[in-house]
Amino acid sequence: MPDNADILRLENLQVSFPMQSGVFDSILGRPKGVVRAVDGINLNVNRGEIVALVGESGSGKTTVGRVITKLVQPTGGRLLFDGEDMTTTHGFSTLRPYRHRVQMIFQDAYQALNPRHTVFDAVAEPLRSLRLVENRAQLTERVSEALSTAGLNPPQEFFARFPHELSGGQRQRVVVAGALVVKPDFIVADEPVSMLDVSIRAQILQALIDLRDKYRLALLFITHDLPLAWLIADRIAVMYLGRVVEIGSADDITLYPRHPYTVALRNSTPQVRRDAGSGGIQALQGEVPSAARVPKGCRFHPRCPLAFDRCRQEEPSAIEVGPQHLSACWLAK
Amino acid sequence: MSNTSKNTTPPLLIVDGLTVDYGTKGVSLRAIHDVSFELRAGEAVALVGESGSGKTTTAMAIAGLLSPNARVAGGEVRYRGSPLPIDDDAAMRPHRWSETSVVFQGAMNALNPVHRIVNQIAEPCVLHGMSRAEAMARARELLELVGIPADRGAAYPHQLSGGMRQRVMIAMALACRPSIVIGDEPTTALDVINQAQVLKLLVDLRTKFNLALILITHDLSVVAESCDRVMIMYSGRIVEDGSVADIFAEPKHPYTRLLMDSIPNPAEGKRMLRPIPGDPPTLMKRPLGCAFHPRCPSAMAICATEAPHLNAYGKGRVACHLHNSLAPADKVSVNA
Repeated sequence: MPDNADILRLENLQVSFPMQSGVFDSILGRPKGVVRAVDGINLNVNRGEIVALVGESGSGKTTVGRVITKLVQPTGGRLLFDGEDMTTTHGFSTLRPYRHRVQMIFQDAYQALNPRHTVFDAVAEPLRSLRLVENRAQLTERVSEALSTAGLNPPQEFFARFPHELSGGQRQRVVVAGALVVKPDFIVADEPVSMLDVSIRAQILQALIDLRDKYRLALLFITHDLPLAWLIADRIAVMYLGRVVEIGSADDITLYPRHPYTVALRNSTPQVRRDAGSGGIQALQGEVPSAARVPKGCRFHPRCPLAFDRCRQEEPSAIEVGPQHLSACWLAK
Repeated sequence: MSNTSKNTTPPLLIVDGLTVDYGTKGVSLRAIHDVSFELRAGEAVALVGESGSGKTTTAMAIAGLLSPNARVAGGEVRYRGSPLPIDDDAAMRPHRWSETSVVFQGAMNALNPVHRIVNQIAEPCVLHGMSRAEAMARARELLELVGIPADRGAAYPHQLSGGMRQRVMIAMALACRPSIVIGDEPTTALDVINQAQVLKLLVDLRTKFNLALILITHDLSVVAESCDRVMIMYSGRIVEDGSVADIFAEPKHPYTRLLMDSIPNPAEGKRMLRPIPGDPPTLMKRPLGCAFHPRCPSAMAICATEAPHLNAYGKGRVACHLHNSLAPADKVSVNA
């Protein structure tokens, strides 16, 4: 499916980590175990599109983000960025042009900022290390512009401040500014608002939406919060144990989910105004199995309320259940 | 102090005019100001607010767990009619765990990494007079109660998932059969599925043991399905207090209203992002008058000069000049 609009494409992407094995295991010659953090996912993100990657802890969503930002090397499949195969590219100088175009916003603004660097230095850092400016005047201009786009106005007032002098929301905006300053085409945002108070979440989300609209920036928004994903994303991909189990438009996934896991995610979300008679929170039983022991058949079957014989034997592949809407479930058709 | 409940049984806990300051570098900062409320046996109350609103300080004061640089500058906490020595660590010891216990936020930090979980649960029982064997039996019983098979008790905290660790914290809190359990953001570090499981567990246990629950959270949606009453805190004061049903159906304080609007709700249709402008005030720079007025869409002249009192309003309480009339009949409409 050649589509020139997509800026990022993951094809059957796999990441596995070797497990630590004990002394006895090596003496007895037992094979080393592998944790399949990402187990063959296909995903594309178009220019000017926000795609949310949703799943619970251990689903592999953060690993996907780390592959895209080249912090983790994939063990299989392909990573294509703007038509170029980046799967095996490595090395600081070779990756410099890529890092210029792909940036990451981390979850914890307290840890992502160096406490001894001023806001100016924090935001100027990528420009300096990627050698994108020629002189001090240019540097100041780019930093001001980024801070202002991230909603820190007037930017000059923040230059000399240290992270501890900022509120949580301001700190996260500095992190956003640090990602924007290189004018990337693609941003991976890993739970960018989960540490923030509700009243300032909307400000950061609005800043991200504005960037998409103004610069046709593409964004992969990683979260465990389905309503939040619905709020910001154009499309949502739901991940479970290393695979995308359902993908579709934000409305389809949230309002008309076709995979039992997505339904469970939706029912787990506490709601402020739940329809009468819905019976409150329905908690999904159990926990995500270890990625070292992926269940046979459909990987969700041990927790699925609708599982039947076939689910225990055969793994379903993603099938189209609506326009642009795929679900990997035997019951989807 | 205004009492909002029609219930005639005497309250289990009365917080009356509680004011707490923190001393740092020679300055004294007021963390909570004149906080008053009552809690009845079996009642679940949520304290909702942003970072710095004073919700954790309020709860830690009730449990007598204030940090050493905190000072109770006024008011008191009464438990079953008698004042609690909340600023005296040693005197609070018999009360803590057996009457009031706390489920802390970060279970990984609150649990000891080098002790098996069953021993950690048994510890408060031993400290409150049980024999070692009795305490271990009790610990195993508690593990089953929170949905962890008793034989997992030999595990160390790092071998458990975040949700399981939080269950261990709950088991510990229940060890000495307290009447009040304080949950300090018990689900904040968890993903939605685990959050739902832990919330459901808290709700079930509360019913089973008629526990009074004080749930501290910044997330209003968590409150909806686990509490009877909600108190909204902003910058050290309670700004609104009422039943969950009343507050969710018709929030009175503009801050509560904006908080409600900032929760995405797919069931209600189109996406709307309504950020609350500005940032929450810091303890050092608290605005004059109503602390919320610089961010309030309905602010009037009086809001900048005079702090509103927390007055009875309808069946609840609200601290806002828009609702200053004591008679709920002449409601002022607040269309932001």
